[in-house]
Amino acid sequence: MTQAPDTAEATEPQATAPPAADVPPVAPAPLLKTPLHSLHVARGGRMVPFAGYEMPVQYADGIIAEHNHVRAEAGLFDVSHMGQAFLVGADHETVARALETLVPADIVNLAPGRQRYTQFTNDEGGILDDLMVTRSADPAEDGVLFLVVNAATKEADYAHLSACLPSGVRLIRADHRALIAVQGPMARQAVGRHCPEAVPMTFMSAISTRFDGIDCHISRSGYTGEDGFEISCKATRVRAIAERLLSEPSVKLIGLGARDSLRLEAGLCLYGHDIDTTTSPIEAALAWSIQKRRRTEGGFPGAERIQRELAEQPARVRVGIKPEGRAPAREGTEIRSIAGEPIGKVTSGGFGPTVNGPICMGYVENGFAEPGTGVQLIVRGKELAASIVALPFVTHRYVR
Amino acid sequence: MTTRYTKDHEWIRLDGDVATIGITEHAQNALGDIVYVELPEIGRQVEQGGEAAVVESVKAASDVYAPASGEVVAVNDTLDGAPATINEDAEGKGWFFRLKLSSPGQLDTLMSEEQYKAFLKTLE
Repeated sequence: MTQAPDTAEATEPQATAPPAADVPPVAPAPLLKTPLHSLHVARGGRMVPFAGYEMPVQYADGIIAEHNHVRAEAGLFDVSHMGQAFLVGADHETVARALETLVPADIVNLAPGRQRYTQFTNDEGGILDDLMVTRSADPAEDGVLFLVVNAATKEADYAHLSACLPSGVRLIRADHRALIAVQGPMARQAVGRHCPEAVPMTFMSAISTRFDGIDCHISRSGYTGEDGFEISCKATRVRAIAERLLSEPSVKLIGLGARDSLRLEAGLCLYGHDIDTTTSPIEAALAWSIQKRRRTEGGFPGAERIQRELAEQPARVRVGIKPEGRAPAREGTEIRSIAGEPIGKVTSGGFGPTVNGPICMGYVENGFAEPGTGVQLIVRGKELAASIVALPFVTHRYVR
Repeated sequence: MTTRYTKDHEWIRLDGDVATIGITEHAQNALGDIVYVELPEIGRQVEQGGEAAVVESVKAASDVYAPASGEVVAVNDTLDGAPATINEDAEGKGWFFRLKLSSPGQLDTLMSEEQYKAFLKTLE
Protein backbone atom coordinates (compact mmCIF):
# COMPACT_ATOMS: atom_id res chain seq x y z
CA MET A 1 0.00 0.00 0.00
CA THR A 2 1.49 3.32 -0.98
CA GLN A 3 0.17 6.83 -1.09
CA ALA A 4 -0.63 7.89 -4.62
CA PRO A 5 1.86 10.59 -5.61
CA ASP A 6 -0.71 12.93 -7.14
CA THR A 7 -2.97 13.32 -4.13
CA ALA A 8 -3.22 16.64 -2.37
CA GLU A 9 -1.72 16.95 1.05
CA ALA A 10 -3.37 19.41 3.37
CA THR A 11 -0.37 21.60 3.06
CA GLU A 12 0.71 24.94 1.88
CA PRO A 13 3.53 24.78 -0.63
CA GLN A 14 6.89 24.23 0.98
CA ALA A 15 8.84 27.36 1.73
CA THR A 16 11.68 26.33 -0.54
CA ALA A 17 11.05 25.75 -4.23
CA PRO A 18 12.07 22.35 -5.61
CA PRO A 19 15.50 22.46 -7.25
CA ALA A 20 15.62 22.75 -11.03
CA ALA A 21 15.99 19.42 -12.85
CA ASP A 22 19.66 19.93 -13.69
CA VAL A 23 20.68 20.88 -10.14
CA PRO A 24 21.59 18.05 -7.76
CA PRO A 25 19.15 17.81 -4.84
CA VAL A 26 20.25 19.68 -1.72
CA ALA A 27 19.53 18.38 1.77
CA PRO A 28 16.39 20.14 2.99
CA ALA A 29 16.81 22.79 5.69
CA PRO A 30 16.02 21.49 9.18
CA LEU A 31 12.38 21.98 10.11
CA LEU A 32 11.52 24.91 12.35
CA LYS A 33 9.55 24.42 15.56
CA THR A 34 6.87 26.64 17.05
CA PRO A 35 6.96 27.53 20.77
CA LEU A 36 4.24 24.89 21.33
CA HIS A 37 6.18 22.05 19.66
CA SER A 38 6.89 20.20 22.92
CA LEU A 39 3.24 20.56 23.95
CA HIS A 40 2.13 18.92 20.70
CA VAL A 41 4.57 16.05 21.18
CA ALA A 42 3.62 15.60 24.85
CA ARG A 43 -0.05 15.47 23.90
CA GLY A 44 0.37 12.85 21.18
CA GLY A 45 0.58 15.09 18.13
CA ARG A 46 1.60 13.33 14.92
CA MET A 47 4.25 15.72 13.64
CA VAL A 48 4.68 16.30 9.91
CA PRO A 49 6.61 18.80 7.78
CA PHE A 50 4.43 21.75 6.84
CA ALA A 51 5.64 25.00 5.23
CA GLY A 52 9.11 24.50 6.68
CA TYR A 53 7.84 23.72 10.20
CA GLU A 54 7.27 20.50 12.07
CA MET A 55 3.55 20.71 12.86
CA PRO A 56 0.87 18.38 14.29
CA VAL A 57 -1.38 16.98 11.54
CA GLN A 58 -3.54 15.26 14.15
CA TYR A 59 -3.57 13.96 17.72
CA ALA A 60 -4.68 10.55 19.01
CA ASP A 61 -8.42 11.09 18.39
CA GLY A 62 -7.93 11.58 14.65
CA ILE A 63 -8.98 14.20 12.12
CA ILE A 64 -12.72 13.42 12.03
CA ALA A 65 -13.13 13.48 15.82
CA GLU A 66 -11.09 16.69 16.04
CA HIS A 67 -13.13 18.31 13.26
CA ASN A 68 -16.41 17.34 14.94
CA HIS A 69 -15.16 18.61 18.29
CA VAL A 70 -14.56 22.08 16.84
CA ARG A 71 -18.06 22.21 15.34
CA ALA A 72 -19.63 20.98 18.63
CA GLU A 73 -17.44 22.57 21.32
CA ALA A 74 -14.07 24.30 20.89
CA GLY A 75 -10.65 23.58 19.43
CA LEU A 76 -7.22 25.08 20.07
CA PHE A 77 -4.97 25.45 17.01
CA ASP A 78 -1.30 26.39 17.01
CA VAL A 79 -0.82 28.74 14.07
CA SER A 80 2.47 30.19 15.29
CA HIS A 81 4.11 29.19 12.00
CA MET A 82 2.20 31.98 10.29
CA GLY A 83 3.95 35.31 9.78
CA GLN A 84 3.16 38.18 12.14
CA ALA A 85 4.48 41.66 11.47
CA PHE A 86 3.76 45.33 12.13
CA LEU A 87 3.73 48.18 9.67
CA VAL A 88 4.61 51.40 11.45
CA GLY A 89 4.44 55.00 10.22
CA ALA A 90 3.65 58.54 11.32
CA ASP A 91 -0.11 58.04 11.40
CA HIS A 92 -2.82 55.69 10.13
CA GLU A 93 -3.28 57.53 6.86
CA THR A 94 0.44 57.24 6.02
CA VAL A 95 0.68 53.51 6.77
CA ALA A 96 -2.68 52.70 5.18
CA ARG A 97 -1.83 54.53 1.95
CA ALA A 98 1.47 52.65 1.78
CA LEU A 99 -0.18 49.24 2.23
CA GLU A 100 -2.92 50.15 -0.25
CA THR A 101 -0.29 50.31 -3.00
CA LEU A 102 0.09 46.51 -2.54
CA VAL A 103 -3.43 45.27 -1.66
CA PRO A 104 -6.89 45.93 -3.16
CA ALA A 105 -8.73 46.39 0.18
CA ASP A 106 -9.67 49.78 1.63
CA ILE A 107 -7.22 50.15 4.52
CA VAL A 108 -7.53 53.93 4.91
CA ASN A 109 -11.14 53.56 6.08
CA LEU A 110 -10.45 50.59 8.33
CA ALA A 111 -11.71 51.70 11.75
CA PRO A 112 -9.57 51.41 14.90
CA GLY A 113 -9.87 47.93 16.39
CA ARG A 114 -11.07 46.40 13.12
CA GLN A 115 -9.56 43.66 10.99
CA ARG A 116 -9.84 43.07 7.26
CA TYR A 117 -8.99 40.18 4.90
CA THR A 118 -7.07 41.09 1.74
CA GLN A 119 -4.45 39.88 -0.74
CA PHE A 120 -1.04 41.01 -1.97
CA THR A 121 -1.58 41.15 -5.74
CA ASN A 122 0.99 41.10 -8.53
CA ASP A 123 1.06 43.32 -11.62
CA GLU A 124 -0.95 40.72 -13.53
CA GLY A 125 -3.71 40.75 -10.89
CA GLY A 126 -2.68 37.34 -9.50
CA ILE A 127 -2.39 36.69 -5.76
CA LEU A 128 1.04 36.63 -4.06
CA ASP A 129 -0.51 35.82 -0.68
CA ASP A 130 -3.66 36.42 1.34
CA LEU A 131 -3.48 38.11 4.70
CA MET A 132 -5.28 39.69 7.64
CA VAL A 133 -4.73 43.38 8.39
CA THR A 134 -5.65 44.82 11.79
CA ARG A 135 -5.70 48.46 12.85
CA SER A 136 -4.81 48.90 16.49
CA ALA A 137 -7.71 50.00 18.71
CA ASP A 138 -5.36 52.03 20.89
CA PRO A 139 -5.22 55.76 19.89
CA ALA A 140 -1.64 55.80 21.21
CA GLU A 141 -0.82 53.26 18.47
CA ASP A 142 -2.14 55.37 15.58
CA GLY A 143 -0.02 54.47 12.57
CA VAL A 144 0.39 50.78 13.46
CA LEU A 145 -1.06 47.99 11.35
CA PHE A 146 -0.72 44.34 12.39
CA LEU A 147 -0.40 41.79 9.56
CA VAL A 148 -0.79 38.00 9.61
CA VAL A 149 0.48 36.22 6.48
CA ASN A 150 0.90 32.58 5.42
CA ALA A 151 3.84 30.56 6.72
CA ALA A 152 5.10 29.33 3.34
CA THR A 153 5.03 32.80 1.81
CA LYS A 154 6.12 34.98 4.73
CA GLU A 155 9.73 35.49 3.63
CA ALA A 156 8.62 36.49 0.13
CA ASP A 157 5.92 38.76 1.58
CA TYR A 158 8.40 40.56 3.84
CA ALA A 159 10.84 41.00 0.98
CA HIS A 160 8.02 42.37 -1.19
CA LEU A 161 6.95 44.79 1.55
CA SER A 162 10.51 45.92 2.25
CA ALA A 163 11.11 46.56 -1.45
CA CYS A 164 7.89 48.50 -1.96
CA LEU A 165 7.26 50.48 1.23
CA PRO A 166 8.06 54.20 1.21
CA SER A 167 10.83 55.43 3.54
CA GLY A 168 8.37 56.67 6.19
CA VAL A 169 6.81 53.25 6.75
CA ARG A 170 8.73 50.46 8.47
CA LEU A 171 8.11 46.72 8.45
CA ILE A 172 8.79 45.19 11.87
CA ARG A 173 8.75 41.40 11.91
CA ALA A 174 7.16 39.93 15.02
CA ASP A 175 9.00 36.60 14.92
CA HIS A 176 9.08 36.59 18.73
CA ARG A 177 5.30 36.29 18.84
CA ALA A 178 3.20 33.13 18.85
CA LEU A 179 -0.34 32.81 17.47
CA ILE A 180 -3.09 30.43 18.53
CA ALA A 181 -6.70 30.14 17.42
CA VAL A 182 -9.62 29.04 19.58
CA GLN A 183 -12.56 28.08 17.40
CA GLY A 184 -16.02 26.67 17.96
CA PRO A 185 -19.34 27.45 19.64
CA MET A 186 -17.80 27.22 23.13
CA ALA A 187 -14.75 29.36 22.33
CA ARG A 188 -16.43 32.49 23.71
CA GLN A 189 -17.05 30.87 27.06
CA ALA A 190 -13.61 29.27 27.25
CA VAL A 191 -11.69 32.45 26.35
CA GLY A 192 -14.08 34.64 28.35
CA ARG A 193 -13.23 32.87 31.58
CA HIS A 194 -9.64 34.10 31.27
CA CYS A 195 -10.30 37.34 29.41
CA PRO A 196 -13.78 38.79 30.04
CA GLU A 197 -13.01 41.65 27.63
CA ALA A 198 -13.12 39.18 24.73
CA VAL A 199 -16.75 38.19 25.29
CA PRO A 200 -18.53 41.24 23.80
CA MET A 201 -16.20 41.44 20.75
CA THR A 202 -17.74 41.08 17.29
CA PHE A 203 -16.40 39.27 14.21
CA MET A 204 -13.28 40.90 12.73
CA SER A 205 -12.66 43.19 15.69
CA ALA A 206 -9.43 43.27 17.70
CA ILE A 207 -8.27 44.42 21.11
CA SER A 208 -5.05 44.57 23.12
CA THR A 209 -5.80 42.97 26.44
CA ARG A 210 -4.65 40.51 29.09
CA PHE A 211 -5.38 36.79 29.30
CA ASP A 212 -4.99 35.82 32.96
CA GLY A 213 -2.64 38.78 33.25
CA ILE A 214 -0.61 37.94 30.13
CA ASP A 215 -0.40 40.72 27.52
CA CYS A 216 -1.90 39.71 24.18
CA HIS A 217 -3.74 40.90 21.08
CA ILE A 218 -7.05 39.12 20.54
CA SER A 219 -9.15 39.23 17.41
CA ARG A 220 -12.58 37.67 16.92
CA SER A 221 -11.72 35.73 13.80
CA GLY A 222 -10.43 32.43 12.52
CA TYR A 223 -10.48 30.12 9.54
CA THR A 224 -12.99 27.41 10.37
CA GLY A 225 -16.34 29.14 9.73
CA GLU A 226 -17.04 28.96 13.48
CA ASP A 227 -17.10 31.74 16.03
CA GLY A 228 -13.73 32.10 17.69
CA PHE A 229 -10.63 34.06 18.48
CA GLU A 230 -7.02 34.39 17.44
CA ILE A 231 -4.64 35.22 20.27
CA SER A 232 -1.20 36.69 19.57
CA CYS A 233 1.26 36.88 22.44
CA LYS A 234 4.97 36.65 23.16
CA ALA A 235 6.34 33.20 22.30
CA THR A 236 7.54 32.81 25.89
CA ARG A 237 3.98 33.17 27.23
CA VAL A 238 1.99 31.10 24.74
CA ARG A 239 2.42 27.82 26.57
CA ALA A 240 0.80 29.32 29.68
CA ILE A 241 -2.18 30.53 27.66
CA ALA A 242 -2.50 27.22 25.80
CA GLU A 243 -2.38 25.20 29.05
CA ARG A 244 -5.06 27.41 30.64
CA LEU A 245 -7.31 26.98 27.61
CA LEU A 246 -6.73 23.21 27.55
CA SER A 247 -7.78 23.05 31.20
CA GLU A 248 -11.25 24.12 30.03
CA PRO A 249 -13.35 20.97 29.54
CA SER A 250 -14.66 22.14 26.15
CA VAL A 251 -11.22 22.79 24.58
CA LYS A 252 -9.12 20.18 22.75
CA LEU A 253 -5.96 20.52 20.69
CA ILE A 254 -6.70 20.31 16.95
CA GLY A 255 -4.19 19.49 14.21
CA LEU A 256 -3.70 20.81 10.70
CA GLY A 257 -5.71 17.94 9.17
CA ALA A 258 -8.93 19.12 10.80
CA ARG A 259 -7.97 22.75 10.20
CA ASP A 260 -7.97 21.91 6.49
CA SER A 261 -11.29 20.03 6.48
CA LEU A 262 -12.92 22.80 8.55
CA ARG A 263 -11.75 25.59 6.22
CA LEU A 264 -12.78 23.58 3.15
CA GLU A 265 -16.31 23.10 4.53
CA ALA A 266 -16.33 26.84 5.30
CA GLY A 267 -15.43 27.55 1.64
CA LEU A 268 -12.24 29.42 2.59
CA CYS A 269 -9.23 29.56 0.27
CA LEU A 270 -5.92 27.86 1.02
CA TYR A 271 -3.04 29.80 -0.50
CA GLY A 272 -1.01 27.78 -3.02
CA HIS A 273 -4.02 25.60 -3.74
CA ASP A 274 -7.25 27.60 -4.23
CA ILE A 275 -5.45 30.86 -4.93
CA ASP A 276 -2.00 31.56 -6.35
CA THR A 277 -0.10 33.95 -8.62
CA THR A 278 -2.31 33.04 -11.59
CA THR A 279 -5.73 33.46 -9.95
CA SER A 280 -7.20 36.92 -9.49
CA PRO A 281 -9.29 37.84 -6.43
CA ILE A 282 -12.30 38.14 -8.75
CA GLU A 283 -11.86 34.65 -10.20
CA ALA A 284 -11.41 33.42 -6.63
CA ALA A 285 -14.82 34.89 -5.68
CA LEU A 286 -13.10 37.28 -3.26
CA ALA A 287 -14.62 40.47 -4.76
CA TRP A 288 -16.33 41.04 -1.40
CA SER A 289 -12.88 41.80 0.05
CA ILE A 290 -12.39 44.78 -2.34
CA GLN A 291 -14.29 47.78 -1.05
CA LYS A 292 -16.06 50.24 -3.35
CA ARG A 293 -13.49 53.05 -3.22
CA ARG A 294 -10.68 50.74 -4.32
CA ARG A 295 -12.79 49.21 -7.13
CA THR A 296 -13.33 52.70 -8.51
CA GLU A 297 -9.93 54.23 -7.83
CA GLY A 298 -7.65 51.24 -8.45
CA GLY A 299 -4.08 52.03 -7.45
CA PHE A 300 -3.02 48.49 -6.50
CA PRO A 301 -0.96 45.96 -8.50
CA GLY A 302 -3.02 44.31 -11.23
CA ALA A 303 -5.88 46.83 -10.91
CA GLU A 304 -6.40 46.81 -14.66
CA ARG A 305 -7.28 43.10 -14.76
CA ILE A 306 -9.23 43.18 -11.51
CA GLN A 307 -11.33 46.19 -12.56
CA ARG A 308 -11.96 44.61 -15.97
CA GLU A 309 -13.07 41.33 -14.38
CA LEU A 310 -15.35 43.21 -11.98
CA ALA A 311 -17.00 44.92 -14.96
CA GLU A 312 -17.10 42.03 -17.43
CA GLN A 313 -17.00 38.85 -15.30
CA PRO A 314 -13.87 36.69 -15.25
CA ALA A 315 -13.43 33.78 -17.67
CA ARG A 316 -13.39 31.26 -14.80
CA VAL A 317 -14.57 31.34 -11.23
CA ARG A 318 -14.05 29.45 -7.96
CA VAL A 319 -17.04 27.30 -7.02
CA GLY A 320 -18.09 24.59 -4.60
CA ILE A 321 -18.49 21.09 -6.05
CA LYS A 322 -20.37 18.21 -4.44
CA PRO A 323 -19.54 14.76 -5.81
CA GLU A 324 -22.41 12.28 -5.80
CA GLY A 325 -21.64 9.10 -3.90
CA ARG A 326 -18.79 8.64 -1.44
CA ALA A 327 -15.57 8.83 -3.47
CA PRO A 328 -13.50 11.95 -2.71
CA ALA A 329 -12.06 13.95 -5.63
CA ARG A 330 -8.68 15.44 -4.75
CA GLU A 331 -6.75 18.54 -5.80
CA GLY A 332 -5.87 18.41 -9.51
CA THR A 333 -8.95 16.40 -10.52
CA GLU A 334 -10.19 17.41 -13.98
CA ILE A 335 -13.71 18.84 -14.17
CA ARG A 336 -15.73 18.19 -17.34
CA SER A 337 -19.11 19.37 -18.51
CA ILE A 338 -21.91 16.82 -18.92
CA ALA A 339 -21.07 16.99 -22.65
CA GLY A 340 -17.53 15.90 -21.80
CA GLU A 341 -15.53 19.10 -22.45
CA PRO A 342 -12.82 20.00 -19.93
CA ILE A 343 -14.05 23.06 -18.00
CA GLY A 344 -11.74 23.28 -15.00
CA LYS A 345 -9.82 21.69 -12.14
CA VAL A 346 -10.36 20.89 -8.48
CA THR A 347 -8.09 23.00 -6.24
CA SER A 348 -9.07 21.54 -2.84
CA GLY A 349 -10.92 18.31 -2.36
CA GLY A 350 -11.49 15.73 0.29
CA PHE A 351 -13.93 14.52 2.89
CA GLY A 352 -16.10 16.90 4.90
CA PRO A 353 -16.92 15.34 8.27
CA THR A 354 -19.81 17.74 9.01
CA VAL A 355 -21.18 17.33 5.48
CA ASN A 356 -20.48 13.61 5.95
CA GLY A 357 -19.33 13.18 2.39
CA PRO A 358 -16.85 14.28 -0.24
CA ILE A 359 -16.58 18.01 -1.03
CA CYS A 360 -14.40 20.09 -3.35
CA MET A 361 -13.60 23.60 -4.45
CA GLY A 362 -12.26 24.38 -7.88
CA TYR A 363 -12.36 26.67 -10.88
CA VAL A 364 -14.80 26.24 -13.75
CA GLU A 365 -15.46 28.25 -16.89
CA ASN A 366 -17.94 31.00 -16.20
CA GLY A 367 -20.88 29.41 -18.02
CA PHE A 368 -20.76 26.38 -15.70
CA ALA A 369 -20.61 28.16 -12.34
CA GLU A 370 -24.30 28.36 -11.50
CA PRO A 371 -25.26 26.23 -8.45
CA GLY A 372 -27.15 23.16 -9.62
CA THR A 373 -25.08 22.75 -12.79
CA GLY A 374 -24.17 19.10 -13.33
CA VAL A 375 -20.50 18.30 -13.99
CA GLN A 376 -18.22 15.25 -14.15
CA LEU A 377 -15.06 14.69 -12.11
CA ILE A 378 -12.42 12.40 -13.60
CA VAL A 379 -11.22 10.21 -10.72
CA ARG A 380 -8.83 7.35 -11.56
CA GLY A 381 -9.98 7.49 -15.17
CA LYS A 382 -13.66 7.20 -14.33
CA GLU A 383 -16.36 9.86 -14.61
CA LEU A 384 -17.84 10.75 -11.26
CA ALA A 385 -21.13 12.69 -11.28
CA ALA A 386 -21.07 15.94 -9.30
CA SER A 387 -22.82 19.30 -9.13
CA ILE A 388 -21.85 22.89 -8.59
CA VAL A 389 -23.06 24.08 -5.18
CA ALA A 390 -23.08 27.41 -3.35
CA LEU A 391 -20.28 27.99 -0.84
CA PRO A 392 -19.89 27.51 2.07
CA PHE A 393 -20.76 23.84 2.55
CA VAL A 394 -21.38 24.52 6.26
CA THR A 395 -23.02 27.80 7.31
CA HIS A 396 -20.67 30.30 8.97
CA ARG A 397 -21.46 31.05 12.60
CA TYR A 398 -19.61 34.31 13.04
CA VAL A 399 -20.77 36.74 15.74
CA ARG A 400 -21.53 39.95 13.84
CA MET B 1 -4.18 -20.68 8.36
CA THR B 2 -1.05 -18.77 7.41
CA THR B 3 -0.85 -14.98 7.45
CA ARG B 4 1.84 -13.20 5.47
CA TYR B 5 2.71 -9.52 5.15
CA THR B 6 4.07 -7.23 2.43
CA LYS B 7 6.44 -4.27 2.64
CA ASP B 8 3.52 -2.18 1.38
CA HIS B 9 1.60 -3.09 4.56
CA GLU B 10 -0.93 -5.53 3.16
CA TRP B 11 -1.74 -8.80 4.92
CA ILE B 12 -2.85 -12.03 3.22
CA ARG B 13 -4.35 -15.00 5.04
CA LEU B 14 -4.63 -18.33 3.26
CA ASP B 15 -7.51 -20.69 4.09
CA GLY B 16 -7.58 -23.67 1.72
CA ASP B 17 -6.97 -22.22 -1.76
CA VAL B 18 -8.68 -18.88 -1.04
CA ALA B 19 -6.77 -15.98 0.51
CA THR B 20 -8.23 -12.94 2.30
CA ILE B 21 -6.42 -9.61 1.90
CA GLY B 22 -6.44 -6.37 3.84
CA ILE B 23 -4.19 -3.62 5.13
CA THR B 24 -2.27 -3.94 8.38
CA GLU B 25 -2.95 -2.32 11.73
CA HIS B 26 0.18 -0.22 11.13
CA ALA B 27 -1.22 0.96 7.77
CA GLN B 28 -4.63 1.95 9.12
CA ASN B 29 -2.97 3.85 11.94
CA ALA B 30 -0.67 5.67 9.53
CA LEU B 31 -3.57 6.57 7.22
CA GLY B 32 -5.85 7.87 9.94
CA ASP B 33 -9.61 8.07 9.47
CA ILE B 34 -10.60 6.05 6.40
CA VAL B 35 -13.55 7.50 4.47
CA TYR B 36 -13.71 5.50 1.22
CA VAL B 37 -12.52 2.27 -0.37
CA GLU B 38 -12.64 1.20 -4.00
CA LEU B 39 -12.68 -2.59 -4.26
CA PRO B 40 -11.93 -4.71 -7.34
CA GLU B 41 -14.68 -6.36 -9.41
CA ILE B 42 -15.40 -10.00 -8.69
CA GLY B 43 -13.84 -12.13 -11.41
CA ARG B 44 -10.95 -9.75 -12.03
CA GLN B 45 -7.48 -11.30 -12.35
CA VAL B 46 -4.86 -9.49 -10.29
CA GLU B 47 -1.09 -9.89 -10.43
CA GLN B 48 1.21 -10.01 -7.43
CA GLY B 49 2.29 -6.42 -6.74
CA GLY B 50 -0.38 -4.95 -9.05
CA GLU B 51 -2.93 -2.33 -8.03
CA ALA B 52 -6.02 -4.04 -6.67
CA ALA B 53 -7.89 -1.52 -4.52
CA VAL B 54 -7.80 2.09 -3.34
CA VAL B 55 -8.18 3.30 0.24
CA GLU B 56 -8.84 6.96 1.00
CA SER B 57 -8.34 8.68 4.31
CA VAL B 58 -9.48 12.21 5.09
CA LYS B 59 -6.17 13.44 3.75
CA ALA B 60 -5.15 11.25 0.82
CA ALA B 61 -5.76 8.32 -1.51
CA SER B 62 -3.49 5.24 -1.40
CA ASP B 63 -3.22 2.20 -3.63
CA VAL B 64 -3.56 -1.29 -2.21
CA TYR B 65 -1.53 -3.94 -4.07
CA ALA B 66 -2.31 -7.63 -4.46
CA PRO B 67 0.13 -9.61 -2.26
CA ALA B 68 -0.25 -12.57 -4.66
CA SER B 69 -1.75 -13.31 -8.09
CA GLY B 70 -5.21 -14.74 -8.51
CA GLU B 71 -8.87 -14.19 -9.26
CA VAL B 72 -11.04 -11.94 -7.09
CA VAL B 73 -13.77 -14.21 -5.68
CA ALA B 74 -15.25 -11.96 -2.98
CA VAL B 75 -15.13 -8.33 -1.80
CA ASN B 76 -16.09 -6.88 1.57
CA ASP B 77 -19.24 -4.94 0.63
CA THR B 78 -19.81 -3.83 4.22
CA LEU B 79 -16.88 -1.40 3.86
CA ASP B 80 -18.93 0.71 1.44
CA GLY B 81 -21.23 2.02 4.14
CA ALA B 82 -18.72 1.69 6.97
CA PRO B 83 -15.14 2.32 5.80
CA ALA B 84 -14.14 3.10 9.40
CA THR B 85 -14.36 -0.68 10.01
CA ILE B 86 -10.81 -0.73 8.63
CA ASN B 87 -9.68 1.64 11.40
CA GLU B 88 -11.46 -0.44 14.02
CA ASP B 89 -10.41 -3.93 12.91
CA ALA B 90 -7.91 -3.76 10.05
CA GLU B 91 -6.77 -7.36 10.27
CA GLY B 92 -10.25 -8.84 10.86
CA LYS B 93 -13.62 -7.32 9.88
CA GLY B 94 -11.83 -4.69 7.82
CA TRP B 95 -10.69 -7.16 5.12
CA PHE B 96 -10.80 -5.91 1.51
CA PHE B 97 -11.15 -8.83 -0.90
CA ARG B 98 -10.56 -12.57 -1.39
CA LEU B 99 -8.45 -14.19 -4.10
CA LYS B 100 -8.39 -17.71 -5.49
CA LEU B 101 -4.61 -17.90 -5.77
CA SER B 102 -3.05 -18.96 -9.05
CA SER B 103 0.38 -19.62 -7.49
CA PRO B 104 0.09 -20.18 -3.74
CA GLY B 105 3.88 -20.54 -3.66
CA GLN B 106 4.11 -16.73 -4.00
CA LEU B 107 3.26 -16.49 -0.31
CA ASP B 108 6.73 -17.81 0.45
CA THR B 109 8.14 -14.55 -0.93
CA LEU B 110 6.25 -12.55 1.74
CA MET B 111 7.06 -11.84 5.40
CA SER B 112 5.89 -13.82 8.40
CA GLU B 113 4.31 -11.90 11.28
CA GLU B 114 7.64 -11.92 13.10
CA GLN B 115 9.51 -10.67 10.05
CA TYR B 116 6.90 -7.95 9.45
CA LYS B 117 7.20 -6.77 13.06
CA ALA B 118 10.97 -6.58 12.64
CA PHE B 119 10.45 -4.70 9.35
CA LEU B 120 8.19 -2.16 11.10
CA LYS B 121 10.98 -1.53 13.63
CA THR B 122 13.28 -0.54 10.79
CA LEU B 123 10.76 2.14 9.75
CA GLU B 124 10.70 3.86 13.15
